[in-house]
Amino acid sequence: MIRYIVRRLLGAIPTLLVIVVLSFLLTRLAPGGPFDEEQALPPEIRANLERAYGLDQPLHVQLGRYVAGLLRGDFGPSFKFKDFSVTELIATGLPVSLKLGAAAMLLAVAIGIPFGMLSALRHNQFVDHAVMALAVLGIAVPIFVVAPLGALVFGIYLQWLPVAGWAPGEIRDMILPTVTLALPVIAYVARLTRGSMLETLRSPFIRAARARGVPRGRLVWRHALPAALTPVVSYLGPATAAVLTGSLVVETIFGLPGLGRYLVQGALNRDYTLVMGMVVVYASIMIGLNLLVDVAYAWLDPRVRPGARQ
Amino acid sequence: MNRSRGLWADAGRRLAANRAAVASLVILALLCVLAAVGPAFSAYAPDELDWEMMGVPPELGSGHWLGTDRLGRDLFVRTLHGARVSLAIALLATLVSLLIGVTWGAVAGYAGGRADALLMRFVDVLYALPHIFFVIVLTVVFDRSPMLLFIAIGAVGWLTMARVVRGQAMALMQREFVEAAIASGAGPSRIIFRHVVPNLLGTVIIYATLMIPQMILIESFLSFLGIGIQEPLASLGNLIADGAAEMETAPWILLVPATCLVIIVFCFNFLGDGLRDALDPRER
Repeated sequence: MIRYIVRRLLGAIPTLLVIVVLSFLLTRLAPGGPFDEEQALPPEIRANLERAYGLDQPLHVQLGRYVAGLLRGDFGPSFKFKDFSVTELIATGLPVSLKLGAAAMLLAVAIGIPFGMLSALRHNQFVDHAVMALAVLGIAVPIFVVAPLGALVFGIYLQWLPVAGWAPGEIRDMILPTVTLALPVIAYVARLTRGSMLETLRSPFIRAARARGVPRGRLVWRHALPAALTPVVSYLGPATAAVLTGSLVVETIFGLPGLGRYLVQGALNRDYTLVMGMVVVYASIMIGLNLLVDVAYAWLDPRVRPGARQ
Repeated sequence: MNRSRGLWADAGRRLAANRAAVASLVILALLCVLAAVGPAFSAYAPDELDWEMMGVPPELGSGHWLGTDRLGRDLFVRTLHGARVSLAIALLATLVSLLIGVTWGAVAGYAGGRADALLMRFVDVLYALPHIFFVIVLTVVFDRSPMLLFIAIGAVGWLTMARVVRGQAMALMQREFVEAAIASGAGPSRIIFRHVVPNLLGTVIIYATLMIPQMILIESFLSFLGIGIQEPLASLGNLIADGAAEMETAPWILLVPATCLVIIVFCFNFLGDGLRDALDPRER
């Protein structure tokens, strides 16, 4: 198992490197630059600025410097937030985004799985149809529609929750963004759990257990549930992608000082280093979580465990 | 030739029997026609300001039956315009990803071995990051014109298509008719584009239909954040963003384009599912 994890970790390095090189080359091939302002800069000042940021060097030197900096945890200076380095911006944004993302994932699993089970156990009854209708809605309505609607209903009409803002330690500020971010994932997890639970409940080993007189509660929780959860576990990778993507919108709408907002602002400002830094951080999170999911999957399902006989 | 026509006719019959898919198809067709010609028949232009009627709610009598926005622009016309832009970008982006994805996947499936491993490894690497992030990098790089936007979205959306096509192409390469083509001296490009790709059409159509709503969502997502389509041009994402800014006092400015977007996405999903059931009955 440990060898498997180490091998996967080593395999992640070239992936990350390719992403870094690819996005680096893309941003540097850009026709527009970070110093394109409304008013054109005098050429001498422009040259000075470019020298200060190392932009006058040949491309491969810039790339080498950037990668060497990354290894030291130095993401370079931000072109637009002039008093901050990208590393500082990441340090302030990352905790917010991680908290938001982790809360959303936990919520999705904690709500999605029970509802999926409920739906499967009440197959073709009213509860099942209601849950699945909600799930279809949750999947199809995009987050940038859900987020303002949520703010409208709970923040403005009902006045239950703040519309925006992020005070440290203030739970009320977190509720609306977290729920909004989790909603599509909850819906998907519920649908997956339902489908795989239904299939598991029909499988021979469950029928055999039932024939042996295993009580219903034990049958569902101990026999069926672990087997039914494997597709949900493998969905956690794509779920991470959904949460990361959604966090861009959620952080922008609810005014959270997270990575997503910096990425959006960086994109609007053509702040190369900021966008690059965010892409590297997001890619690392994605790759790390996918690795975790694979390990969890191997642990849950002996058939895909490394070294298992085919 | 007769048999293949039979297959498509069969699929058509199955699709026609699927009520959700047919309804979706009708709604989408109506919307497309409306989006294409509707604005021309309206009394208002999409960027025309009605000074007497700024921010009026939907009402039949006022002439603006879906209301107006803060600047007095007719929401019905603006939403149709937005839908037109969104649909056009999504269709073009889908086309771009089809071209790349089908070629990439078919070549990988045809070549096999090391070339296949290399091509698919590249796809795996790009999969490591959600599409939207690459599109954002591309929008930083290039101007935010609608032209480049659909190329950018299409250029990152082809990964799943490449995987699906490659799997199918590998299976097709084992079939006798491909062997026969090789034996009769057909070259690689002839085998790929005359023998393999035509037999992938069903799968490609299904995935393309399911891809369109994804593309619409990506485009709207970017436009919502301000990185996509720029004013004065409107797409559904822009309109939703405008509405979100005004929702406290004028919720209809948000609700009208949001409803339109949700309807389009729903219909494409139903249609795609219907096509999958019709063209690939084994999947059920």
